[in-house]
Amino acid sequence: MMAAVSKRIVLHFPRRTIDRPIIWHLARDYALEFNILKASIGPEQEGLMVIELTGTQEDYDKGINFLVKTGVKIQSLSQDIIRNEDRCTQCGACVTICPANAFCIEPGSRKVIFDNEKCVACGLCIKACPPHAMEVHF
Amino acid sequence: MAKTIAEINKRIKEGKAVVVTAEEIIDIARTKGITRAAQEVDVVTTGTFGVMCSSGAYLNIGHTKPRLKLGGGKAYLNDVLAYPGFAAADLFIGSNALPDDDPRNRIRPGEFNYGGGHVIEELVAGKDVRLSATAYGTDCYPRKKLDTWVNIKDLNQATLLNIRNAYQNYNVAVNLSDKLIYTYMGMLKPRLGNATYSSAGQLSPLLKDPYYRTIGIGTRIFLGGGIGYVAWHGTQHNPDVLRGDNGVPKRGAGTLAVIGDLKQMSPHWLVGTSMLGYGCSLGVGIGVPIPVLDEEVLRHAAATDGEIFAAVVDYSDAYPKMKPDILGEVSYAELKSGTIKVQGKNVPTASLSSYSRAVEISGILKGWIQKGDFLLTESVAPLPGVDSEVTFKPLNERPVEY
Repeated sequence: MMAAVSKRIVLHFPRRTIDRPIIWHLARDYALEFNILKASIGPEQEGLMVIELTGTQEDYDKGINFLVKTGVKIQSLSQDIIRNEDRCTQCGACVTICPANAFCIEPGSRKVIFDNEKCVACGLCIKACPPHAMEVHF
Repeated sequence: MAKTIAEINKRIKEGKAVVVTAEEIIDIARTKGITRAAQEVDVVTTGTFGVMCSSGAYLNIGHTKPRLKLGGGKAYLNDVLAYPGFAAADLFIGSNALPDDDPRNRIRPGEFNYGGGHVIEELVAGKDVRLSATAYGTDCYPRKKLDTWVNIKDLNQATLLNIRNAYQNYNVAVNLSDKLIYTYMGMLKPRLGNATYSSAGQLSPLLKDPYYRTIGIGTRIFLGGGIGYVAWHGTQHNPDVLRGDNGVPKRGAGTLAVIGDLKQMSPHWLVGTSMLGYGCSLGVGIGVPIPVLDEEVLRHAAATDGEIFAAVVDYSDAYPKMKPDILGEVSYAELKSGTIKVQGKNVPTASLSSYSRAVEISGILKGWIQKGDFLLTESVAPLPGVDSEVTFKPLNERPVEY
């Protein structure tokens, strides 16, 4: 039995894939458990999805391979949620706003720690941050 | 044995003064006792960094050629409305001012991405700011229009004058209603989903000098990264509130009006902010030194988060409707633990004031004093105290009859 992996990734669907049930294939053909965190279709019919995929390493790799062959562009979520360290004043306004508990206060320094692995890219912190220190780049 | 400010300043000049932060004094007082700590320590430095709305800056732009009189006209800085109701070349920019075309809360919650606080931050950062103005024209000030870039280095004066800062204690905000609300205390989730607070607690200047024994008019302070002064008691100064046995107010109480040269300050300590659904403002860093004149001053300066209490207020109903009701009192130690109990429910807490920046400010001020760069001041006059009859009244509204 291989160890299970669980990763949050950002998928960019080109326009030509819009009529294909890609996520259904991931579940049926590769036995991947999925949790859609965010999904949108832009004005040019390109799609964007933030999704968490869970399965064995082998199935996960095969599923990713399938996505790449289909033409879906994949980014790691953690690269796209950025805290601008110069603007962050370490207040803590984000801490109770984040639904994924991606922010916490370090007990000693009382600085705000951002764990981008927990981030679900909902964007709530971006508007709630008084100095606008949080940025999402998709 | 009591000390005087003159004696402490002499020790500062000789490089002998013992200076500690308001956080450090807690352990010192605990291990050495109040008496010995009061003998050994000369100065306790406090600090606070938070959004302080009643902040703004006076700018003197220099006279145009031919002359233009801003007073009575209209003026904008980066499209944000400034107040020109003075003479020819003076302007005031308030932290909450907005551009005329900002949609505000037309679609709730408004984002308030750019306002007076951001203009002040950009000025302090040395960025060019666009000044556009119209005037009515007079014989001595004939010009009627102006559209120019200005830079802080070219202004005659840029003076930060914050009429109410450094609140001595503040509400803890919660939301008892069934819907999410957007307030100046941040986003408050329904049914006690979270609680926000905004005081540095055991580092906050006026909480460490609860009866204003050493902080008074003329007190030299750290302001926005530069040196400033306490100009007056702040607006809404309200010394006679409920206090604990230790003398520390349990409600919002005293406030400070502060003044300083914006040209010395830094955008690290003056930060333009946006409160979703509420408006724009300015994050301000302030640090005040407390000279340890005697044991009483030290005992107050050594108060801990566990001994400082704040009132929990419902911002969905009690606050907007000006009802005096509170939902209880919690200590800053409880607030900083991450959870408080309100109406039997565990409520996660978040701070809007930056404690780590407050620590940083108290450390910088300590460094300035240790190096002999910053001497303490004897206050020119005291702030109004508990017996002053200075209170915080609501508006006595007397509708105009037609």
